[in-house]
Amino acid sequence: MLNTAIHLLLLLLLPPLLPGVINKTKALFAGRQGPPLLQSYYDLAKLMRKDLVLSSTTTWIFVAAPVVTLVAVLLAGLLLPLGPFGAPIAFTGDLILFAYLLGLGRFFTTAAALDTGSAFEGMGAAREVTFACLAEPALFFALLALAKISGALDLSAMLHDPLAGPLHTVMAPLVLVAIGLFIVLLAENCRIPVDDPNTHLELTMIHEVMVLDHSGPLLGLVLYGAAIKLFVLSALILHVIAPFQTGHPWVDWPMFVGEMLGLAVGVGVTESIMARLQMRHVPYLLIAAVLFCGFGFVLLVR
Amino acid sequence: MTSTAIEPAAVGNGRAVELQAIPQLTVEQLTALMVEATSAGQRVSAFFAAPGNHGPEAPATSPIPGNTGAIDLYVVLADDANNRLRVARASLAGEEFPALTPQCPQVHLFEREIAEQFGLKPQGHPWLKPVRFQPSWRPGHDAWGRPDGQEILPGVMPPGIPTVAENPGVPGADFYRVEGEGVHEVAVGPVHAGVIEPGHFRFQCHGEEVFHLEIALGYQYRGVEEKLRGGPDKRSLHYAETLAGDTTIAHTVAYCQVVEALSQCPKSPRAQALRGIALELERLANHVGDLGALANDVGFLPTASYCGRIRGDFLNMTALLCGNRFGRGMIRPGGVGFDVDASRVAELLKRLEAARKDTASAVNLLWDTPSVMARFEDTGPLPPEICRQFGIVGPAARASGLARDVRHDQPSGIFRFVQVPVSTWSGGDVFARAYVRWLEVQQSLVFIREQLQALPAGALRAPVGPLAPHRLALALVEGWRGEVCHVAITNERGRFARYKVVDPSFHNWPALAYVLRNQQISDFPLCNKSFNLSYCGHDL
Repeated sequence: MLNTAIHLLLLLLLPPLLPGVINKTKALFAGRQGPPLLQSYYDLAKLMRKDLVLSSTTTWIFVAAPVVTLVAVLLAGLLLPLGPFGAPIAFTGDLILFAYLLGLGRFFTTAAALDTGSAFEGMGAAREVTFACLAEPALFFALLALAKISGALDLSAMLHDPLAGPLHTVMAPLVLVAIGLFIVLLAENCRIPVDDPNTHLELTMIHEVMVLDHSGPLLGLVLYGAAIKLFVLSALILHVIAPFQTGHPWVDWPMFVGEMLGLAVGVGVTESIMARLQMRHVPYLLIAAVLFCGFGFVLLVR
Repeated sequence: MTSTAIEPAAVGNGRAVELQAIPQLTVEQLTALMVEATSAGQRVSAFFAAPGNHGPEAPATSPIPGNTGAIDLYVVLADDANNRLRVARASLAGEEFPALTPQCPQVHLFEREIAEQFGLKPQGHPWLKPVRFQPSWRPGHDAWGRPDGQEILPGVMPPGIPTVAENPGVPGADFYRVEGEGVHEVAVGPVHAGVIEPGHFRFQCHGEEVFHLEIALGYQYRGVEEKLRGGPDKRSLHYAETLAGDTTIAHTVAYCQVVEALSQCPKSPRAQALRGIALELERLANHVGDLGALANDVGFLPTASYCGRIRGDFLNMTALLCGNRFGRGMIRPGGVGFDVDASRVAELLKRLEAARKDTASAVNLLWDTPSVMARFEDTGPLPPEICRQFGIVGPAARASGLARDVRHDQPSGIFRFVQVPVSTWSGGDVFARAYVRWLEVQQSLVFIREQLQALPAGALRAPVGPLAPHRLALALVEGWRGEVCHVAITNERGRFARYKVVDPSFHNWPALAYVLRNQQISDFPLCNKSFNLSYCGHDL
C-alpha cells in the first residue's frame, strides 16, 4: 500500500524534474549557469494560470488531445513497475496495453496537430508518425526479449529481475536491448540527436511543431504529459541497465530516484556532445534501434 | 559586339568622376556593354536609375516628380581581374527598357528595383514583381499600373497583373507555384518563432524535399535612399550607420569615402588604419557569432554557447574603441571619431589574444565533431558557375572557390597598403561557408594585431569641405557579409541628387533560394544561417 502511494507520488511529482536535470547538465557543458532545476514546475504553474487561445479552425479533438495523451501516459505509468516494486496494476499481457497507451497518446497528439490545418503542424505530424513506425517495433522487440528471459507476460513479473537467468546467456541480449531502448528513449522524447527540444526553428521541429497552437493550460498538459512520458520510458530502461535492489524499501526508493536522475544526466550528456542528425538520417538510427532490440531477442530464442 | 568602341569611364574605388566624363550611351549600347562585361567575368556592383542630372535642374531637395527630364540608367561594373571599376550610363526617354535579366541573371533584382522605384518597365523580365512592395518614387509612373495612393501589401501582387511578361493572359500569382500530386506549399514568416527580422519564405515541397523557394522581403523598408537625397545633412551620417545594424562600420566607411571623394578631403594614415581595425573587428564579431549560430542550428551546444559569448567580447573591443558595441560614432567623414592611446592599444591586444584562444578552441570543436560535420557537409551546395551568374559576393562566393574580395580586388583605405590574403574554400556547401568564416577570422586577427602594433601617426580627422557639383562618387567596402557599394551623384549645388546603396544581401538572397532546391526543408534554417543575410540591408 505504501509502495503504491510512493509509486503514485513519484509518477505525478517527479517527472518535471527530469527536464530540469537535463537542461542543467547541458548548461554545464556549455559553460552556462542554465535555468533553475525546478524551472519546469514554475513553467507548469505559470501555464496553468494563463488564458487559453483556440484557433477557429480547430474542433474538440484539439482540446481533447492533451488530456487523452496525459491520461494515456499516466495509465502506462501505472502499469510499469518502478524499481524493484510491483506496479499498482498488473495482469497478463499488460505489456501490449502499455505499448499501445503510448501509441494512443501519439495518435491524439498527431490528430490535434492535423486538426489545426497548419502546414507546419501537418509536417510535424507526418514526421512524428514516420519515426514512430520505426520506434514502436524496437520497443516491442525489447519487451519480447524481456518476456523471453523472465517467461512472464506481465510487466511487473517481467521486469522484476532481468538478471535472474544465467548471466552468460542474458548479458549480451540485455546490453543490445539497453542500447536499443536508449535510442527509443531519445526518439520518443524528442531529444537530440533525433529532435531538438530547444530550437525555435519550426521547419526543423518534430514534436514541438505539433503543439505550436496549444497555449495556456493545454500547453501545460502537453508539457506535463511529455515529462511523464520521459519518466515512464526512463523507468523502463532502468530495469535493464540498473536492476539493483537491496530489499529495503527505504533504500530502494531513493536509489530508484537517484538512478532516474542519473539517467537524465546521461541524456543531457548525450545531447551536449553531439549535433542533431539530418532529418533523413533519423530513420537509420531508429532502424539501428530495431536491430539492436531484434538481435537481443534473436540471441535468446536461438 | 559593336559596343566595344564605347569605353565606360574608369573610376577608382573611393574616387569621384565628373558626370560629363561618363559616356552617355543608348540603352542598346548599355545592354550590350553589360552582357559583354558580365560574360567576360565582370560583376554588376550596382545598376540603378537616377533622374537625368544634366541640363536644367530641379531644386535638389524637391522630390523627383519635379524633374520632368529623362531618367538615366547607371551601371557600375566591377572588373576584378583588372582591379578596376567602370561606370556607364544611358538616358531613357520612355517608360520601358529591354530587360537584361534573361542574358544576365545578376541584374534580376536590380531591374525589379528600377521598375519599382521609377516605374520603368524592363520588357521581357521573366519574373517582374516588386522588390519591396513600395509605391513608385514618381507618382503616376507605376510599372504595374497601380493607382497612386493605393495600399500595397507586402508580398501580395495587385490582382490581375501578369508577373510574366510573356504570359499577358495569366494573372500574376503572389508566388511561384508548383502543382501536382503530393506537392504542398509551406509558408514561413514574416513573423517568426525567434526574435529575428521579418521576411516571408514560400516553399513548394514534395514531402520533405523542397522544389522551389521564393523569398518576399520589404517588411523592413525605411526609405533610406530617398531620405539621403538632398544630403549630406546632419542626418545623412546616421542613416548610413543604421543601414544595416550589424554592418555599421562597413556602410559608414563607404558613406564617408563617398563624401571624402566628393570634397577631395585629405586622408590621414592613422584614421585609415583605425577604420581598418574597426572593420575587421566587425567581421570578427559577426563571423564568430555566425559560427555559433550554425552550431546552435544543428543543436551542438558547446560551440553555440561559447561563440555567443566570444562575439560579445569582440563587440566589447569595438566599444573600447568608440564606446559603442556596433561601432556607431567610430567612423566620421574625414577620419574617425575616436583615437586610441597606448594603454588602450595594450588592453585591446590583451583581449584580442584571449579571444583568439577561446575562438580557436570553440570553433575547432566544430570541425572535430563528426555529427556536426555530417550536417554541414554537402548541405546547400552553391556551384561556382551559379555564383558567377548570380553575382554572389562575400564569404558565400569565396566558399564556392571564387576569389572575390574587395579588400584585394578593389582596395581602398588601409587595404591599399596592407594585404589581407583572400580566404577561399571549395564545395560551396554549409561547411565551406562556415570554414571560410573561420579562415577569415584568423586573417582578421593577424591584421588587427599588426595594425595595432604599428599605428601610424597623423591627424584623427580632416576637415570636410563642400561637395563638388556634377560628380559621381563610388565606394566599395568589403563588409563581413560581402561587398558594400555606395554611389552618390551630386547636382549643381553639390547635393546628393541620387544616393544608391547596395548591401551584399541584395546580391546574395537569390543564392539562398537557389541552394534550397532539392534540399530537405528541415535544412532550410541551417542554409539560411550559413548565408546570414540582412533583411534591413536589403529593404533599406
